[in-house]
Amino acid sequence: MSTATQETEPVTPAPLQSFTVTLIIRRYDPEVDQEPHWQDFDVELFPTDRILDALHKIKWEQDGSLTFRRSCAHGVCGSDAMRINGRNRLACKTLIKDLDVTKPIYVEAIKGLPLEKDLIVNMDPFFESYREVQPFLQAHHEPEPGRERLQSPTDRERFDDTTKCILCAACTSSCPVFWTDGQYFGPAAIVNAHRFIFDSRDDEAQVRLDILNDKEGVWRCRTTFNCTEACPRGIQITQAIAEVKQAVITGRVR
Amino acid sequence: MTDQTVASESTVVDGVHYHEFDIVIVGAGGAGMRAAIEAGPGAKTAVISKLYPTRSHTGAAQGGMAAALANVEEDNWEWHTFDTVKGGDYLVDQDSAEILAREAIDAVIDLENMGLPFNRTPEGKIDQRRFGGHTRDHGKAPVRRACYAADRTGHMILQTLFQNCVKLGINFFNEYYALDLIMTEVGGQRRPAGVVALELATGELHVFHSKAVIFATGGFGKIYKTTSNAHTLTGDGVGIIWRKRLPLEDIEFFQFHPTGLAGLGILLTEGARGEGAILRNASGERFMERYAPTIKDLAPRDIVARCMVQEVREGRGAGPNKDYVLLDCTHLGAEVLETKLPDITEFARTYLGIDPVTEPVPVMPTAHYAMGGIPTNNNAEVLLDNDTVVPGLYAAGECACVSVHGSNRLGTNSLLDINVFGKRAGNNAIEFVKSAELPPLPEDPAADVRNMVESLRASTGTERVADIRRALQETMDTNAQVFRTEETLTQVSADIHALRQRYANVGVQDKGKRFNTDLLEAVELGFLLDIAEVVVYAARNRKESRGGHMREDFPKRDDENYLKHTMAYLTGDPHSADPSDHIKLDWKPVRITNYQPMERKY
Repeated sequence: MSTATQETEPVTPAPLQSFTVTLIIRRYDPEVDQEPHWQDFDVELFPTDRILDALHKIKWEQDGSLTFRRSCAHGVCGSDAMRINGRNRLACKTLIKDLDVTKPIYVEAIKGLPLEKDLIVNMDPFFESYREVQPFLQAHHEPEPGRERLQSPTDRERFDDTTKCILCAACTSSCPVFWTDGQYFGPAAIVNAHRFIFDSRDDEAQVRLDILNDKEGVWRCRTTFNCTEACPRGIQITQAIAEVKQAVITGRVR
Repeated sequence: MTDQTVASESTVVDGVHYHEFDIVIVGAGGAGMRAAIEAGPGAKTAVISKLYPTRSHTGAAQGGMAAALANVEEDNWEWHTFDTVKGGDYLVDQDSAEILAREAIDAVIDLENMGLPFNRTPEGKIDQRRFGGHTRDHGKAPVRRACYAADRTGHMILQTLFQNCVKLGINFFNEYYALDLIMTEVGGQRRPAGVVALELATGELHVFHSKAVIFATGGFGKIYKTTSNAHTLTGDGVGIIWRKRLPLEDIEFFQFHPTGLAGLGILLTEGARGEGAILRNASGERFMERYAPTIKDLAPRDIVARCMVQEVREGRGAGPNKDYVLLDCTHLGAEVLETKLPDITEFARTYLGIDPVTEPVPVMPTAHYAMGGIPTNNNAEVLLDNDTVVPGLYAAGECACVSVHGSNRLGTNSLLDINVFGKRAGNNAIEFVKSAELPPLPEDPAADVRNMVESLRASTGTERVADIRRALQETMDTNAQVFRTEETLTQVSADIHALRQRYANVGVQDKGKRFNTDLLEAVELGFLLDIAEVVVYAARNRKESRGGHMREDFPKRDDENYLKHTMAYLTGDPHSADPSDHIKLDWKPVRITNYQPMERKY
């Protein structure tokens, strides 16, 4: 049996020392507070701990009212996107050793979506943009009954990068255009449109290109690369947006 | 928060919102959404989920979904059926396994047709790879049966099902936490009349009045400390059914996946071994050759997990504390790792700082999957005893026990299960609601939930949820994991009783209504404690070793006395000290069709 505990102890061979880290968290309780405010917490952590471990330690040992979303805790469910030292990241994929712990770590909710409580925002506007790009296969050619549609490995590879999206909103809520214009579809919706526009099985690329040619569509992108840097799945988002822009101009997707 | 497509009208009575639907689906993972895709177009359907659908743990499944497509080599569904039965150590209901294996082929094709981006063969067909326990011709050699999309097959399934729910305009109630099943009597029969849920955003209660209810709430891996399961997998649905005094089947059988990242429990897919990775002990020996000479590292999970623990116990573990073994992927090459196993490669790099391209990865078994759960028949209808159906109540996916997994599930059969039996649940619910009337609601159906929530919120208890939960998880890991004995099970049983007493004095610090996740965790802990108690009680009662349930004091399978399913019933005061005061255990025969039990060798 492993002797290491799941939440707090390291597993790497070298014995690791724990140390005290200060987190400064932007708190907001809509039932009490007029405005959000910052609150300090000192937490004993190991270098291999994640920010999510730190938040759990605070919630479980110091202040049960600290509120955040999380589920899988290893970067695949997309629940815990938040701003950590000013950058959008998943709390469960951000290790303490990768941050400068000589200074306090600032944690706050992602920006551009309505703040609900502490680190939780209302995700409905985000999912609404996603729905608007028709994020589902629309193929007019029926496959042989009981058989798959054929797709070459090269055609499958064409849209592989954008299939990785976990809808965490780290990209969209890092985009300065989205901050100032909440009507902009945002990078995540464009990524999910890309995933179908460039799928050789799909026949409605033009419909999505028309949607994204709208004034709140791809042309609002200012190519700041914030989204690409924020994506916890490593999707080349700015490139995907550029490919959609190109397809809008040329009308060609393959 | 309700999706904006919801065309649901609700009325408010005494602060409780009332909705009417034909079908209410609880849970928006793979099984729930697969059911919704069948149910939504034909009946007024709501899906309520304590998470946004795409957060569900189906998305964490990695390696593949089994179906005998025979796209890359000879295969057929009969071999798949046999493997499933043998993999489950003959506790599988064989007619159910045949349905699973036969309908697997359509289930995969359905998903592809819905848009799922499977990896492809050079001819453009769905590619397939090897997985543990899946063999050619009844055990002769491993077979390529797992349809996959890199090592994110579950992610693709969850996304594809969600995309199709969006296409169909399914009504989702996201972040609504179901806390009670409303049961009533119609014509002398117990029937569901809906579900009571807590809207997390507001703290308000909702009654979803319906003709049919489908439970698709997933597993309860959080009874253990070292687990691949999400924090949210707290067995809420299984716990609700239990508190309604409906039975649970084969609840003692829990699967420990061999390759969790050591110390963390994060899953590394069996697909790694399917692609050729090898387990080694401290001296570099490929130890599975000794235990399973024919299929070696691709033996079923229960066997591999036991062998790993055995190696460590006998002093052949690796690392400074000799407390793990190594998953060696280094001979696969960077390209295979980056293209076919990219996510697990990244997990090892991120969480252990180890690059699988150049170094073997420390691994140990991690609590992964509940074979047991809510008993159903092949139509996904919930049973209230060995045979009697609860009309209008369905369960599918990990929360259910059909039983297609017996005492040990084969890898890739769970992504299959959610699709085959999720679809069956949706279809059968549609048929049911066509002729069923909306049953009357009892007076104040939310009363029990209101009492529970308000008493927890108001409690000034001194016990912390996290302390009790940690103690539960630690004793379960120590005493009810891969190896069990009467002594360890007696210990964990006493521990659970003490923890239940402490739970009566639990305090919640957050007194607010909105997004009260402090309260949520307290409620979840209540379910975990209830389920852990019955898991352990049933484990003590099964004095044999079979599949995932290994009793060192009874190391042999005993078909004469135990080739039968456990059926557990809550019969008394759940808080009494001795579980035998309030839990009754009974048996249910295993349905055997073509395969007589044999010794299980690989």
